[in-house]
Amino acid sequence: MTVTRSEFCVIACAEAWRGAGEILASPMGLIPSIGARLARLTFAPELLLTDGEAMLVDVDGTVEGWLPYRQHLTLVTGGRRHVMMGASQIDRFGNQNISCIGDWEQPRRQLLGVRGAPVNTLNNPTSYWIPRHSRRVFMEKVDMVCGVGYDHAAGARHHRIPRVVSDLGVFDFATPDRSMRLASLHPGVTVEEVGDATGFALTIPDEVPYTREPTPTELRLIREEIDPHDTRAREVPEGVRA
Amino acid sequence: MGEKTMTADEAVSRLESGMTLGIGGWGSRRKPMALVRAVLRSGITDLTVVSYGGPDVGMLAAAGRIRRLVAPFVTLDSIPLEPHFRAARERGELELMEIDEAMFMWGLHAAANRLPFLPVRAGIGSDVMRVNPALRTVTSPYDDGETFVAMPALRLDAALVHVHRADRRGNGQYLGPDPYFDDLFCEAADAAYVSCERIVDTAELTKEAAAQTLLIKRHTVTGVVEAPGGAHFTSCAPDYGRDEAMQKEYATTPWAEFAERFLNGPEKEGT
Repeated sequence: MTVTRSEFCVIACAEAWRGAGEILASPMGLIPSIGARLARLTFAPELLLTDGEAMLVDVDGTVEGWLPYRQHLTLVTGGRRHVMMGASQIDRFGNQNISCIGDWEQPRRQLLGVRGAPVNTLNNPTSYWIPRHSRRVFMEKVDMVCGVGYDHAAGARHHRIPRVVSDLGVFDFATPDRSMRLASLHPGVTVEEVGDATGFALTIPDEVPYTREPTPTELRLIREEIDPHDTRAREVPEGVRA
Repeated sequence: MGEKTMTADEAVSRLESGMTLGIGGWGSRRKPMALVRAVLRSGITDLTVVSYGGPDVGMLAAAGRIRRLVAPFVTLDSIPLEPHFRAARERGELELMEIDEAMFMWGLHAAANRLPFLPVRAGIGSDVMRVNPALRTVTSPYDDGETFVAMPALRLDAALVHVHRADRRGNGQYLGPDPYFDDLFCEAADAAYVSCERIVDTAELTKEAAAQTLLIKRHTVTGVVEAPGGAHFTSCAPDYGRDEAMQKEYATTPWAEFAERFLNGPEKEGT
């Protein structure tokens, strides 16, 4: 059966937690949540997961611990966590904005506020998930630095942005100046398509791999156990882009 | 002895315009909405509000009562963006101290511990420092030499929180999944007003729940308000969940019209 774009996105998100060990996976958003559960069920069995509120839960929902907000914040600063956040804007060095669009004093569009993005990015690995890759999101300079990027992270000993996953591909900062690089394309996407949808100069390696295929076991887990109602297709629809 | 029960209006009558007011709960979760409605019925204004913001912030902003807001976010949870807070910000009306969630918590801890600040790693490198030029940093005197934000104490003139049960002396109990930071709000404040779903005898508090649920200690509490449904329309599990229909109505109805329907008249029992 054909692997859908949303399923490649699930795989790309799940891979963020490969080899992470006994840490908390904090996925924000639907596809990262499916990805974290897939990783937990397959190649990262030691991961801790929450119910999205105050309980640590096994994949079957069995409560194995309690993690209210204040303990969650200690877990963040303790560093044993890898969060995947959303981003209304993200720039070349991985600065992320979820606070507001336009001038901070009187924003054109008020969004959530900085939330925990500053504490996350200074303390534990922080990746990003962007369901619709566009120049409005991938832009030269974000309006408000909530999540700290590499050009703002001098001296930040625990700062790390392992990956950015979008509906077009996977990106990292494995370049000499820690600017964003195209790490893999989801099958069906071209380098040109990514370039057109990105508002800054992206490093493109000579050979760009494709995001890996899910194994038959992973595909069965996604389709039959984790997301049987295909909610993932609502976040990343098939074939909508021209 | 130690009787602290009062009505929501009596509690609010002890507040004054210009005060710094901490509001407990988190987003659209266990907010002291009956006390917020009492503030809205009163003439109190020019407030500095300190809150993990939800509809408490939205309502007070819509009614023009907030001079300055200290918050890491404002959200309705199931509706991510709070419409009245957004509108106030987009009109440039709301003075904001926008800080990270952890900075906020350590600011309350500093106040509760009578410290001028606590060092926090969060904030460094982010625009939290740009939009709060009054924030200072502090360098570790030890070998690591790391620089931190010196998060100033968020000392409060008064705190408003809502819990599930309390006795008449101000011992407060939460029965839901998360205490949020309500005990810290009370400890950081000169006066704290605790509303609860039900006032019970002290002995009742530990009859069906463990002593670890006794979140708030009476020495931090000035007034106890019995307010069944007092967190409505925010969630107050296990007593009741969020009233999503009401929240949606709040988010989509012009404020004046909503306020007319929701705020006028006496408090009645929630769902």
